[in-house]
Amino acid sequence: MAKTVEEITEMMYKMISEAQGIKKLKPMDLTKAMKQLLGDEFDKKTCKLAIKNLIDTGRCVYTYFGGSFIELPHKEGAAND
Amino acid sequence: MADAYPKTPMLDELEKGKWPSFVTEIKMAAADNPMGKDLLGLLERSYREKIGHWKHGGIVGVMGYGGGVIGRYNDLPDEYPNISHFHTMRINQPAGWFYTTEALRKICDIWEKHGSGLTNMHGSTGDIILLGTTTDELEPTFDELQKINFDIGGSGSDVRTPSCCCGQARCEWACYDTMGACYDFTMAYQDELHRPAFPYKFKFKFSGCPNDCVASIARSDMSIIGMWRDDIQMDKDAIKEYADGGMDIKADVVDNCPAKCMDWNGKELTIENSYCRHCMHCINVMPKALAPGKDRGATILLGAKAPIVEGALLSSVIIPFIKMEPPYQEIKDLTERIWDVWCEEGKNRERVGEFIQRVGLGNFLEAIEVEPIPEMVAHPRENPYVFYEEYFEEDDGSED
Repeated sequence: MAKTVEEITEMMYKMISEAQGIKKLKPMDLTKAMKQLLGDEFDKKTCKLAIKNLIDTGRCVYTYFGGSFIELPHKEGAAND
Repeated sequence: MADAYPKTPMLDELEKGKWPSFVTEIKMAAADNPMGKDLLGLLERSYREKIGHWKHGGIVGVMGYGGGVIGRYNDLPDEYPNISHFHTMRINQPAGWFYTTEALRKICDIWEKHGSGLTNMHGSTGDIILLGTTTDELEPTFDELQKINFDIGGSGSDVRTPSCCCGQARCEWACYDTMGACYDFTMAYQDELHRPAFPYKFKFKFSGCPNDCVASIARSDMSIIGMWRDDIQMDKDAIKEYADGGMDIKADVVDNCPAKCMDWNGKELTIENSYCRHCMHCINVMPKALAPGKDRGATILLGAKAPIVEGALLSSVIIPFIKMEPPYQEIKDLTERIWDVWCEEGKNRERVGEFIQRVGLGNFLEAIEVEPIPEMVAHPRENPYVFYEEYFEEDDGSED
Protein backbone atom coordinates (compact mmCIF):
# COMPACT_ATOMS: atom_id res chain seq x y z
CA MET A 1 0.00 0.00 0.00
CA ALA A 2 1.36 3.40 -0.95
CA LYS A 3 2.61 5.63 1.85
CA THR A 4 0.57 8.67 2.80
CA VAL A 5 1.90 12.23 2.68
CA GLU A 6 2.10 12.22 6.48
CA GLU A 7 4.14 9.02 6.54
CA ILE A 8 6.57 10.35 3.94
CA THR A 9 6.76 13.63 5.88
CA GLU A 10 7.88 11.75 8.98
CA MET A 11 10.41 9.68 7.03
CA MET A 12 11.89 12.83 5.53
CA TYR A 13 11.89 14.63 8.88
CA LYS A 14 13.83 11.75 10.42
CA MET A 15 16.40 11.93 7.62
CA ILE A 16 16.81 15.68 8.01
CA SER A 17 17.11 15.40 11.79
CA GLU A 18 19.78 12.75 11.54
CA ALA A 19 21.72 14.70 8.94
CA GLN A 20 21.50 18.03 10.80
CA GLY A 21 24.97 19.44 11.40
CA ILE A 22 26.54 16.63 9.38
CA LYS A 23 25.25 17.00 5.83
CA LYS A 24 22.97 19.53 4.23
CA LEU A 25 20.22 17.83 2.24
CA LYS A 26 18.60 19.25 -0.89
CA PRO A 27 14.94 18.54 -1.64
CA MET A 28 16.09 16.26 -4.44
CA ASP A 29 18.27 14.27 -1.99
CA LEU A 30 15.15 13.58 0.05
CA THR A 31 13.12 12.60 -3.00
CA LYS A 32 15.86 10.29 -4.27
CA ALA A 33 16.19 8.68 -0.85
CA MET A 34 12.45 8.04 -0.78
CA LYS A 35 12.67 6.50 -4.25
CA GLN A 36 15.32 4.13 -3.01
CA LEU A 37 13.45 3.26 0.19
CA LEU A 38 9.99 2.89 -1.30
CA GLY A 39 10.72 1.26 -4.64
CA ASP A 40 7.44 0.70 -6.49
CA GLU A 41 5.50 2.63 -3.88
CA PHE A 42 7.47 5.79 -4.68
CA ASP A 43 5.44 8.72 -5.92
CA LYS A 44 7.11 12.02 -6.75
CA LYS A 45 4.01 14.13 -6.15
CA THR A 46 3.59 12.71 -2.65
CA CYS A 47 7.22 13.56 -1.90
CA LYS A 48 6.65 17.10 -3.12
CA LEU A 49 3.63 17.43 -0.82
CA ALA A 50 5.61 16.01 2.08
CA ILE A 51 8.32 18.64 1.60
CA LYS A 52 5.62 21.32 1.43
CA ASN A 53 4.23 19.91 4.67
CA LEU A 54 7.59 20.11 6.41
CA ILE A 55 8.06 23.73 5.42
CA ASP A 56 4.50 24.97 5.93
CA THR A 57 4.33 23.55 9.44
CA GLY A 58 7.64 25.21 10.30
CA ARG A 59 9.29 21.93 11.29
CA CYS A 60 11.91 22.56 8.61
CA VAL A 61 13.16 25.61 6.76
CA TYR A 62 14.79 26.29 3.43
CA THR A 63 18.35 27.57 3.72
CA TYR A 64 20.77 28.91 1.14
CA PHE A 65 24.47 28.15 1.34
CA GLY A 66 25.60 28.26 -2.27
CA GLY A 67 22.51 26.22 -3.13
CA SER A 68 19.14 25.62 -1.48
CA PHE A 69 18.81 23.05 1.29
CA ILE A 70 16.21 21.87 3.78
CA GLU A 71 17.23 21.91 7.43
CA LEU A 72 15.80 22.04 10.92
CA PRO A 73 15.34 25.64 12.06
CA HIS A 74 18.48 26.83 13.83
CA LYS A 75 20.37 30.01 14.52
CA GLU A 76 22.72 30.79 11.71
CA GLY A 77 26.39 31.09 12.69
CA ALA A 78 26.86 34.44 10.95
CA ALA A 79 23.56 35.94 12.13
CA ASN A 80 23.77 39.09 14.21
CA ASP A 81 21.39 39.59 17.14
CA MET B 1 29.04 55.82 13.90
CA ALA B 2 25.31 55.30 13.86
CA ASP B 3 24.37 58.87 14.76
CA ALA B 4 27.13 60.88 13.11
CA TYR B 5 26.94 61.51 9.39
CA PRO B 6 30.02 59.70 8.08
CA LYS B 7 32.71 61.34 6.01
CA THR B 8 32.83 59.64 2.62
CA PRO B 9 35.59 61.17 0.46
CA MET B 10 35.88 58.11 -1.80
CA LEU B 11 32.14 57.71 -2.29
CA ASP B 12 31.85 61.45 -2.97
CA GLU B 13 33.93 60.91 -6.10
CA LEU B 14 31.08 58.80 -7.45
CA GLU B 15 28.74 61.78 -7.29
CA LYS B 16 30.81 63.77 -9.76
CA GLY B 17 29.88 63.90 -13.43
CA LYS B 18 26.52 64.14 -15.10
CA TRP B 19 25.23 60.65 -14.39
CA PRO B 20 22.83 59.65 -11.62
CA SER B 21 24.72 58.40 -8.59
CA PHE B 22 23.71 55.65 -6.19
CA VAL B 23 25.75 57.50 -3.55
CA THR B 24 23.50 60.53 -3.88
CA GLU B 25 20.48 58.28 -3.52
CA ILE B 26 21.85 56.63 -0.37
CA LYS B 27 22.62 60.07 1.07
CA MET B 28 19.03 61.14 0.40
CA ALA B 29 17.77 58.01 2.15
CA ALA B 30 20.19 58.63 5.02
CA ALA B 31 18.45 61.90 5.81
CA ASP B 32 15.40 59.95 7.01
CA ASN B 33 16.72 56.53 7.88
CA PRO B 34 19.73 55.63 10.07
CA MET B 35 20.33 52.56 7.88
CA GLY B 36 21.48 54.92 5.12
CA LYS B 37 24.11 56.56 7.33
CA ASP B 38 25.60 53.26 8.42
CA LEU B 39 25.49 51.98 4.87
CA LEU B 40 27.51 54.96 3.66
CA GLY B 41 30.00 54.48 6.47
CA LEU B 42 30.46 50.78 5.81
CA LEU B 43 30.71 51.22 2.06
CA GLU B 44 33.34 53.94 2.40
CA ARG B 45 35.24 51.67 4.74
CA SER B 46 35.07 48.79 2.25
CA TYR B 47 36.37 51.04 -0.52
CA ARG B 48 39.22 52.18 1.72
CA GLU B 49 40.13 48.72 3.02
CA LYS B 50 39.25 46.88 -0.20
CA ILE B 51 37.40 44.34 1.90
CA GLY B 52 33.72 43.40 1.66
CA HIS B 53 31.94 43.27 5.00
CA TRP B 54 28.81 41.43 3.94
CA LYS B 55 27.80 37.85 4.31
CA HIS B 56 24.93 36.61 2.17
CA GLY B 57 22.55 33.70 2.05
CA GLY B 58 21.60 31.68 5.11
CA ILE B 59 18.27 30.97 6.69
CA VAL B 60 16.11 34.08 6.65
CA GLY B 61 12.95 34.07 4.58
CA VAL B 62 9.21 34.25 4.91
CA MET B 63 7.09 31.35 6.11
CA GLY B 64 6.54 28.70 3.44
CA TYR B 65 8.86 30.27 0.87
CA GLY B 66 12.34 29.09 0.02
CA GLY B 67 13.34 32.00 -2.19
CA GLY B 68 13.03 35.72 -2.65
CA VAL B 69 14.84 36.83 0.48
CA ILE B 70 18.61 37.09 0.50
CA GLY B 71 19.94 37.26 4.01
CA ARG B 72 22.68 39.79 4.60
CA TYR B 73 24.57 40.51 7.80
CA ASN B 74 27.61 42.71 8.22
CA ASP B 75 30.60 41.45 10.14
CA LEU B 76 30.99 44.69 12.13
CA PRO B 77 27.60 44.89 13.87
CA ASP B 78 28.92 46.86 16.85
CA GLU B 79 30.24 49.63 14.62
CA TYR B 80 27.33 49.64 12.17
CA PRO B 81 24.37 48.48 14.26
CA ASN B 82 21.66 49.90 11.99
CA ILE B 83 22.71 47.61 9.19
CA SER B 84 23.58 44.66 11.35
CA HIS B 85 20.82 42.94 9.36
CA PHE B 86 20.38 44.27 5.84
CA HIS B 87 18.36 41.62 4.04
CA THR B 88 17.35 41.98 0.40
CA MET B 89 13.87 41.13 -0.83
CA ARG B 90 13.22 40.26 -4.46
CA ILE B 91 9.70 41.13 -5.55
CA ASN B 92 8.16 39.66 -8.69
CA GLN B 93 7.90 42.51 -11.17
CA PRO B 94 4.91 42.88 -13.50
CA ALA B 95 5.51 41.47 -17.00
CA GLY B 96 7.24 44.08 -19.15
CA TRP B 97 7.86 46.29 -16.06
CA PHE B 98 4.67 48.27 -16.50
CA TYR B 99 3.49 50.04 -13.35
CA THR B 100 1.06 52.70 -12.38
CA THR B 101 2.59 55.49 -10.33
CA GLU B 102 0.11 54.53 -7.62
CA ALA B 103 1.58 51.01 -7.43
CA LEU B 104 5.13 52.37 -7.26
CA ARG B 105 4.18 54.78 -4.47
CA LYS B 106 2.63 51.96 -2.49
CA ILE B 107 5.75 49.81 -2.83
CA CYS B 108 7.95 52.72 -1.75
CA ASP B 109 5.69 53.54 1.21
CA ILE B 110 5.83 49.93 2.40
CA TRP B 111 9.58 49.86 2.06
CA GLU B 112 10.13 53.15 3.85
CA LYS B 113 8.01 51.81 6.70
CA HIS B 114 9.68 48.40 6.96
CA GLY B 115 13.11 48.76 5.37
CA SER B 116 15.83 51.16 4.35
CA GLY B 117 13.73 52.83 1.66
CA LEU B 118 16.44 51.95 -0.85
CA THR B 119 15.41 50.06 -3.97
CA ASN B 120 17.03 48.78 -7.13
CA MET B 121 14.61 49.09 -10.03
CA HIS B 122 15.37 46.54 -11.31
CA GLY B 123 17.88 43.83 -10.47
CA SER B 124 19.55 41.79 -13.17
CA THR B 125 16.98 39.05 -12.55
CA GLY B 126 14.28 41.56 -13.47
CA ASP B 127 12.78 41.70 -9.98
CA ILE B 128 12.06 44.80 -7.94
CA ILE B 129 14.89 44.73 -5.42
CA LEU B 130 14.17 46.07 -1.96
CA LEU B 131 17.50 46.64 -0.26
CA GLY B 132 17.95 46.34 3.46
CA THR B 133 15.68 45.28 6.25
CA THR B 134 15.85 43.32 9.47
CA THR B 135 14.70 39.76 10.07
CA ASP B 136 11.74 40.95 12.15
CA GLU B 137 10.44 43.12 9.32
CA LEU B 138 10.40 40.42 6.63
CA GLU B 139 6.96 38.96 7.41
CA PRO B 140 5.24 42.35 7.91
CA THR B 141 6.71 43.57 4.61
CA PHE B 142 5.55 40.44 2.84
CA ASP B 143 2.04 40.77 4.30
CA GLU B 144 1.71 44.36 3.15
CA LEU B 145 3.06 43.60 -0.31
CA GLN B 146 0.55 40.79 -0.71
CA LYS B 147 -2.25 43.20 0.13
CA ILE B 148 -1.31 45.27 -2.93
CA ASN B 149 -0.99 42.14 -5.09
CA PHE B 150 2.78 41.82 -5.20
CA ASP B 151 4.52 38.55 -4.43
CA ILE B 152 8.07 37.58 -3.67
CA GLY B 153 10.27 36.44 -6.55
CA GLY B 154 12.80 33.65 -6.87
CA SER B 155 16.25 33.06 -5.43
CA GLY B 156 18.37 30.02 -4.68
CA SER B 157 17.90 26.73 -6.53
CA ASP B 158 14.48 27.48 -7.94
CA VAL B 159 12.76 28.93 -10.98
CA ARG B 160 13.88 32.53 -10.95
CA THR B 161 11.32 35.23 -11.56
CA PRO B 162 10.57 34.98 -15.29
CA SER B 163 11.08 38.21 -17.22
CA CYS B 164 10.22 39.46 -20.68
CA CYS B 165 10.57 42.39 -23.02
CA CYS B 166 7.59 44.74 -23.41
CA GLY B 167 6.62 42.74 -26.51
CA GLN B 168 3.44 43.55 -28.32
CA ALA B 169 2.60 46.23 -25.75
CA ARG B 170 5.01 48.64 -27.42
CA CYS B 171 7.02 46.88 -30.12
CA GLU B 172 5.95 46.15 -33.66
CA TRP B 173 8.64 43.47 -34.08
CA ALA B 174 7.30 41.23 -31.32
CA CYS B 175 6.51 37.86 -32.88
CA TYR B 176 4.41 36.70 -29.92
CA ASP B 177 2.82 38.01 -26.75
CA THR B 178 5.86 37.97 -24.48
CA MET B 179 4.03 39.53 -21.56
CA GLY B 180 1.20 37.01 -21.80
CA ALA B 181 3.63 34.09 -21.99
CA CYS B 182 5.75 35.43 -19.11
CA TYR B 183 2.69 35.85 -16.88
CA ASP B 184 1.39 32.41 -17.85
CA PHE B 185 4.68 30.67 -17.02
CA THR B 186 5.04 32.64 -13.79
CA MET B 187 1.63 31.50 -12.61
CA ALA B 188 2.05 27.92 -13.87
CA TYR B 189 5.33 27.47 -12.01
CA GLN B 190 4.53 29.17 -8.69
CA ASP B 191 5.49 26.04 -6.80
CA GLU B 192 8.86 25.77 -8.55
CA LEU B 193 9.41 29.51 -8.05
CA HIS B 194 8.83 29.51 -4.30
CA ARG B 195 10.06 26.05 -3.34
CA PRO B 196 13.64 25.43 -4.46
CA ALA B 197 13.87 21.84 -5.69
CA PHE B 198 16.48 21.97 -8.45
CA PRO B 199 20.23 21.39 -8.55
CA TYR B 200 20.60 25.14 -9.10
CA LYS B 201 18.75 28.14 -10.50
CA PHE B 202 16.61 27.98 -13.66
CA LYS B 203 15.71 31.13 -15.58
CA PHE B 204 13.11 31.79 -18.25
CA LYS B 205 13.34 34.92 -20.34
CA PHE B 206 10.94 35.87 -23.10
CA SER B 207 12.05 38.06 -25.99
CA GLY B 208 9.65 39.06 -28.72
CA CYS B 209 12.14 39.03 -31.60
CA PRO B 210 15.80 38.19 -32.31
CA ASN B 211 16.85 41.68 -31.14
CA ASP B 212 16.46 39.96 -27.78
CA CYS B 213 16.02 43.08 -25.65
CA VAL B 214 16.09 41.06 -22.41
CA ALA B 215 19.32 39.34 -23.55
CA SER B 216 17.71 35.97 -22.97
CA ILE B 217 20.29 34.21 -25.13
CA ALA B 218 23.00 35.13 -22.63
CA ARG B 219 21.14 35.22 -19.36
CA SER B 220 18.49 32.54 -19.21
CA ASP B 221 18.55 28.78 -19.01
CA MET B 222 15.56 28.71 -21.32
CA SER B 223 15.45 31.54 -23.86
CA ILE B 224 12.17 31.91 -25.73
CA ILE B 225 12.91 34.27 -28.60
CA GLY B 226 10.32 35.49 -31.10
CA MET B 227 10.85 34.16 -34.63
CA TRP B 228 9.18 34.03 -38.05
CA ARG B 229 9.48 31.23 -40.57
CA ASP B 230 8.17 32.79 -43.76
CA ASP B 231 9.62 35.68 -45.76
CA ILE B 232 10.61 39.09 -44.42
CA GLN B 233 7.82 41.55 -45.24
CA MET B 234 8.97 44.19 -47.68
CA ASP B 235 7.53 47.58 -48.68
CA LYS B 236 9.24 48.47 -51.97
CA ASP B 237 8.07 52.09 -51.93
CA ALA B 238 9.51 52.58 -48.46
CA ILE B 239 12.83 51.05 -49.59
CA LYS B 240 12.93 53.56 -52.42
CA GLU B 241 12.27 56.34 -49.92
CA TYR B 242 15.26 55.23 -47.86
CA ALA B 243 17.44 55.18 -50.98
CA ASP B 244 16.17 58.57 -52.16
CA GLY B 245 16.78 59.92 -48.65
CA GLY B 246 20.47 59.13 -48.95
CA MET B 247 20.77 55.74 -47.29
CA ASP B 248 23.54 53.61 -48.80
CA ILE B 249 21.55 50.39 -48.88
CA LYS B 250 24.44 48.32 -50.18
CA ALA B 251 26.90 49.47 -47.52
CA ASP B 252 24.52 49.81 -44.59
CA VAL B 253 22.22 46.88 -45.20
CA VAL B 254 23.34 44.37 -47.83
CA ASP B 255 27.04 44.25 -46.96
CA ASN B 256 26.25 43.87 -43.26
CA CYS B 257 23.98 40.88 -43.77
CA PRO B 258 25.75 37.94 -42.03
CA ALA B 259 24.19 35.43 -44.42
CA LYS B 260 24.85 37.52 -47.57
CA CYS B 261 21.33 36.69 -48.59
CA MET B 262 20.43 40.18 -49.88
CA ASP B 263 21.12 42.01 -53.09
CA TRP B 264 20.63 45.66 -54.08
CA ASN B 265 20.92 46.59 -57.75
CA GLY B 266 20.45 50.29 -57.15
CA LYS B 267 16.70 50.09 -57.67
CA GLU B 268 15.44 46.89 -56.13
CA LEU B 269 16.21 44.94 -52.97
CA THR B 270 15.94 41.15 -53.16
CA ILE B 271 16.23 38.71 -50.28
CA GLU B 272 16.90 34.99 -50.50
CA ASN B 273 14.86 34.21 -47.42
CA SER B 274 15.91 30.58 -47.18
CA TYR B 275 19.42 31.79 -46.28
CA CYS B 276 18.25 34.45 -43.81
CA ARG B 277 19.67 34.03 -40.30
CA HIS B 278 17.00 36.21 -38.72
CA CYS B 279 19.57 38.58 -37.25
CA MET B 280 17.20 41.57 -37.58
CA HIS B 281 19.95 43.86 -38.92
CA CYS B 282 18.17 44.84 -42.14
CA ILE B 283 14.87 45.28 -40.32
CA ASN B 284 16.50 47.48 -37.69
CA VAL B 285 18.15 49.67 -40.32
CA MET B 286 15.03 50.06 -42.47
CA PRO B 287 12.16 49.71 -40.00
CA LYS B 288 9.65 51.41 -42.29
CA ALA B 289 10.48 49.14 -45.21
CA LEU B 290 11.11 45.69 -43.71
CA ALA B 291 9.37 43.68 -41.04
CA PRO B 292 9.43 40.13 -39.69
CA GLY B 293 7.25 37.71 -41.65
CA LYS B 294 3.64 36.96 -40.86
CA ASP B 295 4.03 33.32 -39.78
CA ARG B 296 5.31 34.06 -36.29
CA GLY B 297 6.22 32.05 -33.22
CA ALA B 298 9.39 31.49 -31.23
CA THR B 299 12.71 29.69 -31.16
CA ILE B 300 13.55 27.94 -27.92
CA LEU B 301 17.14 27.86 -26.80
CA LEU B 302 18.66 26.24 -23.78
CA GLY B 303 21.64 26.58 -21.52
CA ALA B 304 22.84 30.16 -21.10
CA LYS B 305 24.45 31.31 -17.90
CA ALA B 306 26.75 33.95 -16.48
CA PRO B 307 30.23 32.98 -15.26
CA ILE B 308 29.40 31.77 -11.76
CA VAL B 309 30.89 28.39 -10.77
CA GLU B 310 32.01 27.75 -14.37
CA GLY B 311 32.38 29.94 -17.47
CA ALA B 312 29.66 31.86 -19.26
CA LEU B 313 27.57 30.08 -21.88
CA LEU B 314 25.20 31.28 -24.56
CA SER B 315 22.08 29.22 -25.07
CA SER B 316 21.78 27.05 -28.16
CA VAL B 317 18.78 26.10 -30.25
CA ILE B 318 16.64 23.22 -29.08
CA ILE B 319 13.37 23.97 -30.90
CA PRO B 320 13.89 26.02 -34.10
CA PHE B 321 10.28 27.15 -34.37
CA ILE B 322 7.16 26.73 -32.32
CA LYS B 323 3.86 28.55 -32.41
CA MET B 324 3.35 30.57 -29.23
CA GLU B 325 -0.24 30.06 -28.27
CA PRO B 326 -1.70 29.77 -24.76
CA PRO B 327 -1.56 27.58 -22.75
CA TYR B 328 1.90 26.83 -24.25
CA GLN B 329 1.46 23.18 -23.27
CA GLU B 330 4.09 21.81 -25.62
CA ILE B 331 6.75 24.09 -24.14
CA LYS B 332 5.65 23.30 -20.59
CA ASP B 333 5.85 19.56 -21.31
CA LEU B 334 9.34 20.03 -22.74
CA THR B 335 10.36 22.13 -19.74
CA GLU B 336 9.17 19.51 -17.30
CA ARG B 337 11.02 16.74 -19.15
CA ILE B 338 14.17 18.86 -18.98
CA TRP B 339 13.67 19.41 -15.24
CA ASP B 340 13.10 15.68 -14.65
CA VAL B 341 16.38 14.72 -16.32
CA TRP B 342 18.39 17.58 -14.83
CA CYS B 343 17.02 17.00 -11.30
CA GLU B 344 17.72 13.29 -11.54
CA GLU B 345 21.26 13.54 -12.92
CA GLY B 346 22.44 17.11 -12.28
CA LYS B 347 25.13 17.86 -9.71
CA ASN B 348 24.71 20.43 -6.97
CA ARG B 349 25.08 23.95 -8.45
CA GLU B 350 25.17 22.63 -12.01
CA ARG B 351 23.13 24.73 -14.44
CA VAL B 352 21.29 23.10 -17.32
CA GLY B 353 23.88 24.38 -19.83
CA GLU B 354 26.74 22.86 -17.86
CA PHE B 355 24.78 19.65 -17.46
CA ILE B 356 24.30 19.43 -21.25
CA GLN B 357 28.01 20.00 -21.79
CA ARG B 358 28.86 17.26 -19.30
CA VAL B 359 26.51 14.59 -20.65
CA GLY B 360 26.60 15.69 -24.30
CA LEU B 361 23.73 17.18 -26.26
CA GLY B 362 23.02 13.88 -28.03
CA ASN B 363 22.44 12.05 -24.73
CA PHE B 364 20.51 14.98 -23.34
CA LEU B 365 18.20 15.13 -26.35
CA GLU B 366 17.54 11.42 -26.10
CA ALA B 367 16.68 11.79 -22.41
CA ILE B 368 14.24 14.64 -23.03
CA GLU B 369 12.75 12.83 -26.04
CA VAL B 370 13.65 15.42 -28.66
CA GLU B 371 14.94 14.31 -32.06
CA PRO B 372 18.24 15.89 -33.12
CA ILE B 373 17.89 18.14 -36.15
CA PRO B 374 20.36 20.30 -38.08
CA GLU B 375 18.83 23.53 -36.79
CA MET B 376 20.12 22.80 -33.29
CA VAL B 377 22.95 25.22 -33.70
CA ALA B 378 25.39 26.70 -31.23
CA HIS B 379 26.01 29.57 -33.65
CA PRO B 380 24.59 30.28 -37.10
CA ARG B 381 25.76 27.57 -39.48
CA GLU B 382 27.63 25.76 -36.73
CA ASN B 383 26.41 22.53 -35.29
CA PRO B 384 29.02 20.90 -33.12
CA TYR B 385 26.74 18.82 -30.94
CA VAL B 386 24.54 16.53 -32.97
CA PHE B 387 25.96 13.20 -33.99
CA TYR B 388 24.24 10.50 -35.93
CA GLU B 389 24.67 6.94 -34.80
CA GLU B 390 24.94 5.56 -38.32
CA TYR B 391 28.11 7.65 -38.83
CA PHE B 392 29.65 6.05 -35.78
CA GLU B 393 28.68 2.62 -37.04
CA GLU B 394 30.39 3.34 -40.38
CA ASP B 395 33.48 4.62 -38.59
CA ASP B 396 33.56 1.56 -36.37
CA GLY B 397 33.41 -0.66 -39.44
CA SER B 398 36.22 1.11 -41.30
CA GLU B 399 38.53 0.92 -38.29
CA ASP B 400 38.11 -2.83 -38.11
